[in-house]
Amino acid sequence: MTRSRFLTWLAPLAFLGLFFFLPFARILALGTDFASLRPSFWGQTFNILVFTLWQATLSTLLTLLLGLPLALLFARYNFPGKGFLRTLTAIPFMLPTVVVAAGFNALLGHSGWVNLLLTKAGLPPVTFVYTLGAILAAHVFYNTTVVIRLVSTALAGMDMRLSDAARSLGASPLQTLWRVTLPLLRPSIFAASLLVFLFDFTSYGVILLLGGPKFVTLEVQIYIQALFMLNLPAAAVLSLLQLFCTLIFSVLYNRYTARATAPLKPRAAWSQAPKTNGEKLFVTIMVTVLLAFFALPLLALPVRSVSRVEPERAQRTVQAPGLTTSYYTELFINRRDSLFHVPPVNAALNSLTYASVTVVLSLLLGFPAAIALARPGRFEKLLDPFLMLPLGASAVTLGLGYIVTFNRPLPSIQCSVDSVQFFLPTVHCSLNTARWVLLTSPLLIPLAHTTIALPFVIRNLQTALATIPQRYREAATILGASRWQVWRTVDWPIIARATVSAGAFAFTVSLGEFGAASLLTRPEFPTLPTAIYTFLSHPGGLNYGQAMAMATLLMVFTGLNIFVIERLRLPGTGDF
Amino acid sequence: MLELKNIYKTYEEQPLLKGISFTLAASETICLLGASGSGKSTILRIIAGLEQAESGDVLWDGQNLSGVAVHQRNFGLMFQDYALFPHLNVFDNVAFGLQMKKWPKAETARRVDEVLAQVNLGSFAKRRVTELSGGEQQRVALARALAPGPRLLMLDEPLGALDRALRESLLDELRAILHKTGIPAIYVTHDQQEAFTIADRIILLREGQIAQVGTPPEVFANPADGWVARFLGLGNIVNAKIVGRLEGGRVKVESLVGDLNLPCAKPYNAGERISLLLRPRAEVVEAGETLTGVVTDVVFREQAFRIELEDGLYFFVPTMCTIGQTVKLKILQVECL
Repeated sequence: MTRSRFLTWLAPLAFLGLFFFLPFARILALGTDFASLRPSFWGQTFNILVFTLWQATLSTLLTLLLGLPLALLFARYNFPGKGFLRTLTAIPFMLPTVVVAAGFNALLGHSGWVNLLLTKAGLPPVTFVYTLGAILAAHVFYNTTVVIRLVSTALAGMDMRLSDAARSLGASPLQTLWRVTLPLLRPSIFAASLLVFLFDFTSYGVILLLGGPKFVTLEVQIYIQALFMLNLPAAAVLSLLQLFCTLIFSVLYNRYTARATAPLKPRAAWSQAPKTNGEKLFVTIMVTVLLAFFALPLLALPVRSVSRVEPERAQRTVQAPGLTTSYYTELFINRRDSLFHVPPVNAALNSLTYASVTVVLSLLLGFPAAIALARPGRFEKLLDPFLMLPLGASAVTLGLGYIVTFNRPLPSIQCSVDSVQFFLPTVHCSLNTARWVLLTSPLLIPLAHTTIALPFVIRNLQTALATIPQRYREAATILGASRWQVWRTVDWPIIARATVSAGAFAFTVSLGEFGAASLLTRPEFPTLPTAIYTFLSHPGGLNYGQAMAMATLLMVFTGLNIFVIERLRLPGTGDF
Repeated sequence: MLELKNIYKTYEEQPLLKGISFTLAASETICLLGASGSGKSTILRIIAGLEQAESGDVLWDGQNLSGVAVHQRNFGLMFQDYALFPHLNVFDNVAFGLQMKKWPKAETARRVDEVLAQVNLGSFAKRRVTELSGGEQQRVALARALAPGPRLLMLDEPLGALDRALRESLLDELRAILHKTGIPAIYVTHDQQEAFTIADRIILLREGQIAQVGTPPEVFANPADGWVARFLGLGNIVNAKIVGRLEGGRVKVESLVGDLNLPCAKPYNAGERISLLLRPRAEVVEAGETLTGVVTDVVFREQAFRIELEDGLYFFVPTMCTIGQTVKLKILQVECL
C-alpha cells in the first residue's frame, strides 16, 4: 500500500474511529457491567423486548397486506397517474419521522381534521394518537414502498409465460397464484418482510410521537433510561441487546437475499391496461385506498398549519374558522412562556446550519474513501464493511454513545520541539486536558449526523465513480481529447451529479434526524425535529399549530431535497 | 376436431390477424409457417384461451370454446423458451399438470416416468431445471406438455433456441413422438425446413392472413404466388408480361429469360404483368440457352455448384464455373405464378 493511499484513508478512518467506534466501545464497556442493575431490570426488559417484537411483527404483516396487492397493481397494470402514485408511495420512506407523526396527528389526532369534522357533526371523537393503531398505521405508511419495490420488481421480471404454462396445464387462476406465482415471489416477499421488520423493530420517532408514554420499545427505553432515569449502564445494556437483535436480522436478510437472487430471467416490464371488469374493480379499489392512505396525511399537515380552528391568543371563543398565517409568524416570536428560551424559528435555522455542516464534513470525508473504494485493492475490500457499519447502528444508540464518551473533557496531546542536537530534534509531548467538553458543544449534532450520513455518501460517490467505464475515457482519448478534456467531458459530469446528490442526501438525513438529536440536543439549540416533538407533546392550540407549521417547513425542505436527489439519480442505483 | 372460424385480432391498434380459418383433423400435425410478426404465436394463444380474439370462433368437435377457461380446455402448449418452472425440479415440472388433475401419487409417478422415458430423460427426474442444457430443457417442456394427455398439442417454435445440429436430431424425435402418440398437433415455426419435415399440412401466414394451405409436396409444387415462392426459397422470381393466350391453357410471355410459351392455370389476359418462377436447376450449354450472364459467385454444394449472376439470379448447375465467366444457361423448369 502506497503512502498516498494511506493518507486518503486517514481522515475518514480517524473520523469513524473517534465518532463511531469509540462511542460503541464505551457502550460495550458500560453495558457488560451488570452489577449496577436492579433485579427488576431484566423482567422489565424482557417485557419490552416482547412488545418490540410484537409490534414489529404486526406492522410487518399489515405492511404485506397492503403492499402485496399494490405490488401486483404496479407490476401488472397500466392506469392513468401510475408514475405519480408510485412516487407518492415512496415519499413517506424518505420523510422524517416527526413529519409523518405530525401528518397523522393533523389527520387523526385530538385536534386533527377527522375529529374536527366529527365534533362538528355532533359525533364522539375517535382516539387514534397514542394507541397501538397509530404506531401500526405509521409503520405501514412508512414501509409499504419497500414491499412494493422489491416485490413488483420481482413480479415485473417474472416470465409471464410461467403462469400461462400453468394455466395451459390445467391450473385455475387461484392454483396458478398459489403454486407458481407466490413460490417464485417468495424470496422477494421474504426479503421485503425482513427489511420491513428490521425498520419496525428499530423504529423510534413513530413510537415516541404516536405511541405516547404507554408504549415502550427497546429504542424508546434506551432514551428513557439515558435521559430521564440517568441510568447509563442500563441504557448501554439495552443498546447492546438492540444491536444484537439488529445484527441477527441483518445477517438473515443478507444471507437470504444472496441466496434468493437466481433463477428468474429478467424481462421487459410486462404491464397492460386492466381489461376485465374484475381487473378494473381491483385497480379502482387499490388506487382509491392508495390515494386515501398516502395522500391524506401528507395533505392534512400543510393545510392544518394554515387553518385557524381554535381561539386565538387573548380571545375566548373561536372566530370564524379560516386561514391564518399566525402559526408561522409566532415562530419568530420569543414569548416568555414559550417552551424555549429562543424564538422557535431558531430551530429551523439551527437545523439548516447543522445540515450544511454535515454536508461539508461528509463530502470532505467521503470523497477520498469513495475514490479509493471505486478501484478497490485488498485493503479496501477489507475496510469496506467497517465503513458501512454505521448503517446498521441505531441513531439513539449512537446518541447514547456520544453521551457516555464525550461527557468529559477530551484528552489531547501537545508536543513541542525543545532543542535540536546532532540534527535530531528533541520532542517533548504531554497529555493535556482540553477545557471544553464536546457534549455541550453544538458541533456534536453535525458530527453525529455526519457519522450517520457518511456510509450513504461514500456508497453514492463510489457507485458513480465506479460506473464510469474505462472504455468511455479510452474512446474520448482516441477521438482526440486531452487528459484534461477527458476529465472535463467524461468524469466531471458524472461526478458532479453524484456529488450534488450525495450532498443533498446528507442534508436530508441531517435535517430529519431525530434519534440522536433527541438525546444530544441542548434546549438552547433545538433542531426542527426536536422542536416539533416538544411542541406536539405539550397541550395548547398554539403549540399544536406551531408544530404543524414547523413540520410543514421540514416537509418542504425534505421534499426539495428528495426532488434534487431523484433528478440526479444515476440509473441502476438506489435500491435497498 | 379443431376448427377456427374467421379469427380477427388487433394488437396495439394494428390489425394482427385478419380472418384466420382452418381445421385440424384427428392425428394430424399442421404447421403454421410465417415470418416473425405474422401472428402465428397469437393464433396459438387464442386457441389456448390465453388471449381473446376480437371476433371469430374456436370450436372443438363443434363446441364453441369461448366460455371454456384456459385450464379446462385440456390443450397442451409448449412455449418458445419452454417456460419451465424454475422453483420445481424436472419431476415436479412434468407432474404439474397431473397434480392439477388430482391424479393419485403413485399414478402420477408412473406417468411421469413414462413420459420422461419417452423423451429420453429417464434419469433426470430429480435434477433442477435450471441446470439442464437447452436440448434437455426442451425435452422436459415436451414431457410436461404431454404428461396430462392433452387432446391437442401446440408447439410454439419449440426448436428456435437450439443450435442447428441439435435441432435436426430433436426434430426427428419430435416427429416420431407425435406420430406414435397420435395427438393432433399445431407446430409454429418460421423455418421452412422444419415445417416441411414435420407437417402433414402447412398453413402459410402472411401479415395476418393465410397465404396458402397444403401438404408439403403440394405447396412445393404449386406455390400460390410470388411471395410464397420467395418465402419458401423455391427459386428466382422474375417479372413477365403476357403477350397472348394459346390453346390448351398455355400462354406466351415476354421476360428477361426470353419469349416463352408455358402452361398457366390462371386465366390471365394478354398485356397483364405476372411473375415467373425459375426453379434453380439449370445446365450450362453451348447453344439453345434461355439465359446468358456473367458469374459473380460460385459455391460448391454437394451435388452441384450454386452460381450467382450479376443481376442476382442464382442457379444450381452440374458443371464447374469460374467467377467472371460468361455462361449460357438452359433453365430446366419455368412456371407461371
